[in-house]
Amino acid sequence: MHGTDTLTEADRLMTVCNSCRYCEGLCAVFPAMIMRQEFPDGDLNYLANLCHGCGACFYDCQFAPPHEFKVNVPKVMAQARAESYEAYAWPRAFSGLFARNGLAISIIAALSVAIFIFGFAVVNDPAVFFGVHTGPGSFYVLMPHNSMVVLFGAAFLYAIVASIMGARMFWRDIGEPASTLREPQSLWQAMKDAGKLRYLDGGGADCSADEDATPDHRRFYHHCTFYGFMLCFAATSVATLYHYLLGMVAPYPWYDAPVVLGTIGGIGLLIGPVGLLKAKLKRDPDMQDKERFGMDVAFLAMLFLTSLTGLALLFLRDTSAMGILLALHLGVVFSLFITMPYGKFVHGIYRFMALVRYARESHTTT
Amino acid sequence: MADLTKKYDVLVIGGGNAALCAALSARLEGASVLVLERAEKFYRGGNTRHTRNMRCAHDEATGTLTGPYPEDELFEDLLRVTEGETDEELARHMIHESKDMLNWIVEQGVRFQPPLAGTLGLGRTNSFFLGGGRAMLNALYNTAARIGVDVLYEAEVTSMDIEEGMFLSATAHIDGKDETIRAGALVAAAGGFESNIDWLKEYWGEAAENFLIRGTANNQGTILKMLLDKNVQQIGDPTQCHAVAIDARAPKYDGGIITRLDCVVFGIVVNKHSERFYDEGEDIWPKRYAIWGRLVAAQPDQIAYIVFDHDSLHRFMPSLFPPIKADTIGELAAVLEIPAETLEKTVTEFNGAVVDGTFDHTILDDCHTDGIEPAKTHWARRLETPPYYAYPVRPGITFTYLGTRVNKEARMIMDDGKLSANMFAAGEIMSGNVLGKGYAAGIGMTIGSVFGRIAGREAANNARN
Ligand SMILES: Cc1cc2nc3c(=O)[nH]c(=O)nc-3n(C[C@H](O)[C@H](O)[C@H](O)COP(=O)(O)OP(=O)(O)OC[C@H]3O[C@@H](n4cnc5c(N)ncnc54)[C@H](O)[C@@H]3O)c2cc1C
Ligand code: SF4
Ligand code: SF4
Repeated sequence: MHGTDTLTEADRLMTVCNSCRYCEGLCAVFPAMIMRQEFPDGDLNYLANLCHGCGACFYDCQFAPPHEFKVNVPKVMAQARAESYEAYAWPRAFSGLFARNGLAISIIAALSVAIFIFGFAVVNDPAVFFGVHTGPGSFYVLMPHNSMVVLFGAAFLYAIVASIMGARMFWRDIGEPASTLREPQSLWQAMKDAGKLRYLDGGGADCSADEDATPDHRRFYHHCTFYGFMLCFAATSVATLYHYLLGMVAPYPWYDAPVVLGTIGGIGLLIGPVGLLKAKLKRDPDMQDKERFGMDVAFLAMLFLTSLTGLALLFLRDTSAMGILLALHLGVVFSLFITMPYGKFVHGIYRFMALVRYARESHTTT
Repeated sequence: MADLTKKYDVLVIGGGNAALCAALSARLEGASVLVLERAEKFYRGGNTRHTRNMRCAHDEATGTLTGPYPEDELFEDLLRVTEGETDEELARHMIHESKDMLNWIVEQGVRFQPPLAGTLGLGRTNSFFLGGGRAMLNALYNTAARIGVDVLYEAEVTSMDIEEGMFLSATAHIDGKDETIRAGALVAAAGGFESNIDWLKEYWGEAAENFLIRGTANNQGTILKMLLDKNVQQIGDPTQCHAVAIDARAPKYDGGIITRLDCVVFGIVVNKHSERFYDEGEDIWPKRYAIWGRLVAAQPDQIAYIVFDHDSLHRFMPSLFPPIKADTIGELAAVLEIPAETLEKTVTEFNGAVVDGTFDHTILDDCHTDGIEPAKTHWARRLETPPYYAYPVRPGITFTYLGTRVNKEARMIMDDGKLSANMFAAGEIMSGNVLGKGYAAGIGMTIGSVFGRIAGREAANNARN
């Protein structure tokens, strides 16, 4: 007996696949499956999060629909994954945000942007809000640095706490001991596998949009997105160090580390999400979890907007548009932070942890 | 785009491994090629969709093969499984050509995987397709599209115009119309006749009604029949086929690999009268795997039950359907609807005859029975730990061996011994030339690829001259 219909179906599929095993060379999911004879809920959630949704096993499967066995691993794993995000959400009361995620995130983002603009307009004199400010400290004319740090620090901290709580739920659900997270070998292996998106390539054939193998370059676009995000994160971290350690105050000149990192990362964050969205639209609808379309798109849109508003701020910071752009950018970033634990962002955490478990399993069982 | 008004150099009938290898090879020789596949796109490639590996000779280990498998060794293996029922010259030729197949097929886009957990100890001799047979077919079809092979799906060939061993044209049912297609040469690669129950009945009688067909329903053998009717020489014993015992709950067609059961050695096998009928411990996989289809076919109603106890449940690879379960042997018989008292008696007698030994299912161990008929000569252990389980099994037909006689060029030979002017055959439709009986895992694909490649090349050259 399983907790949900999706898990019941996932169990059926794993039973089919386990008596076939033709896909064992494609990714980590099938070798992990082979280590098991039965599939309790926790293990299914583990396998679902281990699946990168590359689609190879769908086009390679002789039992895919219209065959009567109706084997569609990518789709069912995507559904199980999304349901697992909901189950692990912390606090529980917010798990409903996953249900109509696209709408929820749009509303939160819009509200957040509105509050920043409104706040700036109320706190500041219109002449300041729409004025031209240049040189170090010009952002802080509109919002004092300390309040910015407190507000964003709190939002960021919240995102981290909520994500950690979710991660704990996941780890407990799949029944993996905490000690695995202290194994350097497994962590390092998982970091390499995640960093390269090793399992998004269908065993080397690269992910494709259809059985005629039209490439959709999802791996490339995901790299743009992920590394773009990391560079932007690095830019913010360096800027924080500059501020507190070196007493250097933003905005920084174009050639300085925070700006260079942020610009390159920002470009990645423009190209990546657009490419991923394009690939998503092109992708075989039979393989997709259509109900979660909103969730996927919302996260891509948030990343794209974060970068777009950030870059716009960079290029127009010396004009009178700076005030409104700063409010926009901060509004988007703020909502990105607070919605992170309730959207597609969490896939990265659970996938990484699933890879850690897989690394542990594969070196202890062989 | 296929143009049915033009005369193609080479017409290929079929859409599996043999057909695609022939089409690619003919195209690479410069010929214009049309492939007519009866199935819709998803089901393209008949039984090839269900395969997993091929057996090719190689002189050294590679990234995907654990050690050398010399030509002679492959030939010895073939000789052993066929008990000599093979055309040595043709077989040796195929085996020689199989070596280069490992390169050629990779050039056509097919990818192999290194040996992993599920490769059944065949890691040295057999090359496993990454993602299985359908992945392999997708690769071949993609290459075919790229190099300009025309392919039509849902295009069943219904008749052929052949005069004195010379192919002139074929008629196919396409888009609701009968189209006549002319070509300079023919490659027949339309599989065997295992899905044609009426034809099977000619040799097996009513028993064939209870056979399950493991692959496509499309392999009706109509092309084979047309050729034999036009005086192409027949080869192979029509009763010979690869048949294994598969789960009786499997669909009539296309259940594929996941309905196979390999737990015979762990228990006893009884028929519908609850009686044992053959030594369950006779031989090691894969041979024992291949005899049980025929054994079950010979039992009343073509049904049997593998009965085992809890102790054996997790000792073999899982399969699609869960075993039927009951707390006592009597209750198990009731669920299976077979005589309960007889089953209890059969189990009691069997348990009483077991001579203890050291159980090891990977070798011919010393666990056997004494004083019962039939004996279980290895792996005999008492059925004594409840609950008890059973799998109902029926004969599952993999493929048939009756075919068209060919020479080393894959060219068909006519009844009068003459060579056909322009007709070639590859794959299951001519497998009987090298595989008179028995089976060695992976040899079906080798036959298809090697003779497909040869047939395509020869057909292209033939059409040009
Ligand atoms: C479950 C299963 C697993 C197997 N595993 C292996 C394995 O691992 N290794 C191995 O070597 N062998 C395996 N085999 C055997 C293997 O499938 C065959 O040997 C091989 O597929 C034969 O290839 P082929 O191209 O001759 O025929 P097929 O692949 O069966 O192709 C025949 C094609 O002809 C088409 N066709 C039929 N009639 C017509 C018509 N009138 N007009 C147009 N088209 C027509 C069919 O649609 C089909 O596409 C397996 C078989 C089964 C059932
Ligand atoms: S997805 Fe299909 S081909 Fe792959 S292991 Fe599962 S049943 Fe087999
Ligand atoms: S990662 Fe790709 S091949 Fe593996 S289960 Fe997911 S969709 Fe299938």
